Amino acid sequence: MQQAEVRRNVMLSVPALVVLAFAASGPLLIMLVYSFLGAGDYGGVVWHASLEGWQKVFLHRDIFDDTLSLADAHLSIFWRSLSLSFMTTVLALLFGFPTAYFIATRPPRSRNVWLFLITIPFWTNLLIRTFAIMEVIRNQGILNTLLVELGVIVEPIQILYTDVAIMLGMTYVYLPLMILPLYAALEKLDFRLVEAGYDLYATRARVLWRIIVPLVKPGIVAGCILVFIPALGAYVTPRVLGGGKNMMLGNLIELQFGQGHNWPLGAALSITLLVIVMVALLVYVRTVQRGSEHG
Amino acid sequence: MGADTAEVAIRVTGVSKLFGDAEQPVRALDDVSLAIRDNEFFTLLGPSGCGKTTLLRLIAGFDHPTSGSIELHGTDISHLPPYKRSVNTVFQNYALFPHMSVEQNIGFGLEMLGKPREEIEHTVDAMLRLVRMQELRDRRTDQISGGQQQRVALARALAPHPQVLLLDEPLSALDYKLRKEMQIELKRLQHETGITFIFVTHDQEEALTMSERVAVMNAGRVLQVGPPHEIYDRPIERFVADFIGDTNFLGARVQGRNGAAATLRLGCGLELEADLPPELAGASEVTVAVRPEQVTLAPAGEASLKGRLENIVYFGTDTHYHLSLPGGERFTARVQNTRGRRELFAPGSEVGIVIGAGVVQVLRD
Repeated sequence: MQQAEVRRNVMLSVPALVVLAFAASGPLLIMLVYSFLGAGDYGGVVWHASLEGWQKVFLHRDIFDDTLSLADAHLSIFWRSLSLSFMTTVLALLFGFPTAYFIATRPPRSRNVWLFLITIPFWTNLLIRTFAIMEVIRNQGILNTLLVELGVIVEPIQILYTDVAIMLGMTYVYLPLMILPLYAALEKLDFRLVEAGYDLYATRARVLWRIIVPLVKPGIVAGCILVFIPALGAYVTPRVLGGGKNMMLGNLIELQFGQGHNWPLGAALSITLLVIVMVALLVYVRTVQRGSEHG
Repeated sequence: MGADTAEVAIRVTGVSKLFGDAEQPVRALDDVSLAIRDNEFFTLLGPSGCGKTTLLRLIAGFDHPTSGSIELHGTDISHLPPYKRSVNTVFQNYALFPHMSVEQNIGFGLEMLGKPREEIEHTVDAMLRLVRMQELRDRRTDQISGGQQQRVALARALAPHPQVLLLDEPLSALDYKLRKEMQIELKRLQHETGITFIFVTHDQEEALTMSERVAVMNAGRVLQVGPPHEIYDRPIERFVADFIGDTNFLGARVQGRNGAAATLRLGCGLELEADLPPELAGASEVTVAVRPEQVTLAPAGEASLKGRLENIVYFGTDTHYHLSLPGGERFTARVQNTRGRRELFAPGSEVGIVIGAGVVQVLRD
């Protein structure tokens, strides 16, 4: 009887395993293989082993004298992707935490209304929302016009097509992914512990830092991961708000598969992105764990 | 009422607390005034929803009064946040910090007060000793039993040496034996620390055994304040007499007055003397309370009040005799059992009830 039960459980997991094999592991394997092949002249790959793709990730071959040097352009894109994703995560946490706290402290019935409002942006296509942000921050846009009219600034500030624009856009896009896990953690928080903290002479800031934050740490970790990872591979937001000039990794990869006609390089960059995400996660989780051991 | 002679730790003056919207507010506390003495074990007793926990939360500072004031040793604290009052709370569910060890929990208040490290360590040691928890100092709070959590909660609240300690039904989650132990433990701690304890409970037995004074509350009001024996023997309202212990309520007609004393005629025809409370000076119909254990039973011929014995219930320490009085009213008498004693009366027989002087208490309804 127990064996039958085990067999049934295995059967139940088959659909998920099939999806994982074909939709997740399969493409990854293809990418891995492609990154070690030669580039076709008009895209695609030619089937002979080559390290050219991987070499180009980090090194730049001069067209005239054929010497190799570090690929500064790629490295600066790596750096921009990492730093912008990091800043986006920090901003999303700073905006998301008070919002999630606010929702979690409403009476149960109005909480659902607030959560519903948080999900409204998902109803609209990401591209359209990104164009809407463009409308807000461009030189003749709502924000600049308002600030000029109010006399705060004399000339419009150039925000669009800068890293700041990308950062703001990504914060807006990924904010719900921060709010939802934070809310889930805060909603489970026993607020009597907060009262106990006040009772034992902890001020508001100290209650937040010593009691609320440690107790909702799993939610903070989940939210940060959910924002950081998609931000690192973001494509639409940096494409529209960065204006093609300030590329991030996603744009660079797309370029290689498109106009660049260099699939092996694109595949190698994709694998590199994957490794960066894995290393970043590992470092992050380790840091959090060490923090709680001391805490 | 004598509260002015000793120093007052907490003075509650005309405090009301309204919850909910402005159109249909819920009056959780209605014009409550109390003076709780320094170094006193004071109990707020009442059924759930009577406002006792609300009053405790106002003293702790988690809520603020809608009107009226609360003073701590003469300083108005009504609108101070909890972290600015030298008042600590033992919560009903203990509310221990799950991400801290036993030791860290106890030291938290001192740490927040900015005490030096050596002093914190010293006090935490002393507190662990006081509640006999030295061995478990490094445990997480979910690794210890309910009774141990209770001790940690006590130690944590006592460690900053507050002027007043508030206890919100702290024993309700414990089983019977542990509760008895903790009652004695609490009395010991209060005695050793010399801190004013304000204890909230709905358990009348707990209130009577532990407190120096009890305030009986109902529907947001304080009905009576006094030492346990006074609350028990001289309840001034029907609710107090009913809530604490068992009572026989009998209707009576006022026959004649002589100062505070009056001659009452019970429904069953018996006439007796009792003191009338001043606000009932003009009443003609009153209710009197007689405690079942304060009467004695006698053969029918030896007492002026007789009843028909309907039922006998044996309780081990005592026996309850359920009687029916001539007017139809029910009456219960409780007689202490002694070893080898035989039943004195048979069900269905006429039994005499002896009500001694001073046993009858006239009530306000």
